[in-house]
Amino acid sequence: MTVREPRAGGRGRSRAVTALLLAPTSAWYLLLLVVPLIILLIFSLGARAPEGGYAPALQLDNYLELPTRATAFINTLWMAGGGTLLCLLVGYPLAYYLATRAGSKRTLLLVLVIVPFWTSFLIRTYAWMTILGNTGIPAILAGLGFGHVSLINTPAAVMIGIVYNYLPLMVFPLYVSLERLDKRLLEASKDLGAGRIATFRQVTLPLSAAGVLSGAILVFIPIMGEYVIPALLGGGKVFFVGNALVDLFLQSRNWPFGSAAAIGLILVILVAVTLYLRVGSRAGVQREVSIL
Amino acid sequence: MKRETMDRDEFQKLYHDFQRGRISRRQLIQVAGLGVASAIIAACAPTAASPTPGATATTKPTEGATAAPTIDPTADWTPPAGVALGDTLIMTTWPNYHDPKTLDRFKELTGVTVQLNIKGSNEEMLAELLVGGTGWDVLVPTNYTFETYGSKSIVEKLDLTKIPRFDAARYDARLLSPAFYPAGSTNQYGFNKDWGTTGFTVNTKHVTTPVTTWKEFFDRTQADLSGKVMIHDYQLTSIGSALVALGYSFNSVAEAELAKAEELLIAVKPHLFAITSDYQPGMRSGDAWMTMTWTNDGVQLHRDIPEIEYVIAADGGEIWSDFFAVVTGAPHREAAYAFLDFMATPKVMAQDAIFHGSPILDSAGIALLPASSTGNKISYPDAASLTKLEFGTAELLTNQARADLWARVKSSS
Repeated sequence: MTVREPRAGGRGRSRAVTALLLAPTSAWYLLLLVVPLIILLIFSLGARAPEGGYAPALQLDNYLELPTRATAFINTLWMAGGGTLLCLLVGYPLAYYLATRAGSKRTLLLVLVIVPFWTSFLIRTYAWMTILGNTGIPAILAGLGFGHVSLINTPAAVMIGIVYNYLPLMVFPLYVSLERLDKRLLEASKDLGAGRIATFRQVTLPLSAAGVLSGAILVFIPIMGEYVIPALLGGGKVFFVGNALVDLFLQSRNWPFGSAAAIGLILVILVAVTLYLRVGSRAGVQREVSIL
Repeated sequence: MKRETMDRDEFQKLYHDFQRGRISRRQLIQVAGLGVASAIIAACAPTAASPTPGATATTKPTEGATAAPTIDPTADWTPPAGVALGDTLIMTTWPNYHDPKTLDRFKELTGVTVQLNIKGSNEEMLAELLVGGTGWDVLVPTNYTFETYGSKSIVEKLDLTKIPRFDAARYDARLLSPAFYPAGSTNQYGFNKDWGTTGFTVNTKHVTTPVTTWKEFFDRTQADLSGKVMIHDYQLTSIGSALVALGYSFNSVAEAELAKAEELLIAVKPHLFAITSDYQPGMRSGDAWMTMTWTNDGVQLHRDIPEIEYVIAADGGEIWSDFFAVVTGAPHREAAYAFLDFMATPKVMAQDAIFHGSPILDSAGIALLPASSTGNKISYPDAASLTKLEFGTAELLTNQARADLWARVKSSS
């Protein structure tokens, strides 16, 4: 024991340093994540006070009422899933081009992807209100003889806003994973007789799966919690759970039901992300890791 | 005009009974409603352009008011002497409701920048005020909120010595009365900014057959005007007008009647262009052809686009009055009072009203309005068109059935 003591002391000191270094993060998560979640949970079991807000109670009524918001949940899920898929379909070719073909223009193009972020998200979304409104794209389409097309305040408008705003979050992880891709593997695939499509399917895509996965998660989770885009481009008609939450807290002041809906949303996201990671790990992200 | 002789206390008692639901809207309007309109119209008629006692015949000086103000009501406003006002003031108010020039002038005179915080409903204001710590100074609440705001001390009892330009004698006591809490007491929590109605505007270039009632408004939305109509994101007016369309009271909280209104609103929703309280952009761009509208927006839209006409529904709807109030614990309290005094100055409020279009109540302010304002039928409608309108009742601000109903309508498909 006496021999071990200094070593134990050293380990103790390093543990103390570790604890000290982790203290700010732990405090942050405890105060700003765990505690609010507990409050949310307690509120979700309560009742609405007469003039609105929270009154203590212990009941499951708020959860039993959740099916009345099924439309908002379904809407959110399909818009988030669809938005992620569209971001992937639009972002992948761009990321591929940036990583493999852009050459000397690469830096310039990467900067151009980021430039829109220099303007406030809110202002960019307001700009879309004008572009999609009657005097914007519909006027141009009508001028070209397409008849009257309504865009603003439709699910299509919200989807356009989503893809526009979240595209860079998809492009960058894809770009990073494609940029790391060893070009010799593509040559080897060609030498072994695989065509372009087979090479893409069997080499490029599996090797960029990590980028696809992280890009999809980076896009999917924030869309699930989206509020501003449907509020501005959906005209109060394309309704996400986020919009339902704002209404419940800020208009009808039913905090307990709002808390239950918020917890419902967290659970839906958890389930969706878990499923997603399962599928992802089966789809060969590990293969990529083992090759690298 | 016989009813004009009703005295202030009698009216307040009546209004209080009405707010509590002890008498029906019809009773109140029969007894008082027409009188209010006549009084205002009388005061605004070009023949009565000077501050005659027309509008204030029934008004006795309010006990809470300052004794015989020595300030000339026609004078320009000057900042209070020897009071540090700071450099900021936060006012929570409605869309398209203040002339930017008025706010610029206040900054010029005091160095205080007025930051506007725009809300779409009184309920939205209340939600944040209940949580507290809003940092708001001035609030522009509607008549039906004072019972809640007074009882919870959300807005403060006005220190009228700090608003010397306000003179209750120049106001119609009946429209000022909701600002007293408890109703009928001398505790004054606000004074009228203006009043108005909740009707709808129609772009007559696109809608050639007239729409005259809320029933037609909702019917046509589901027929030839599908996709071209907006309603407020506001339980009070949207549920209230749907109730009127069904033949019920704007203020109904009866379960069966609310269920019918919910059914109507959910049926109408897929046909709407939008649910929003900021509907001017949609009307101006031509995306929408008809929208639920407050007086001030009606005036502004019609002024810029003459084919957009304002309609007070023949089957009823809301008549309202908004007030200036000071939020309890306002971080810039002195600036808030200075601003209220500024807005109580007849010259200032008249100039502001020319822009926003809602009718004002101060007789000295009305006297300063040009004929183009007082002759505007949107601002100053015929008294007969107001007879069926109802003031929102205090109960509606916190009624859970209506709040939940509106949240369900919003989240329906």
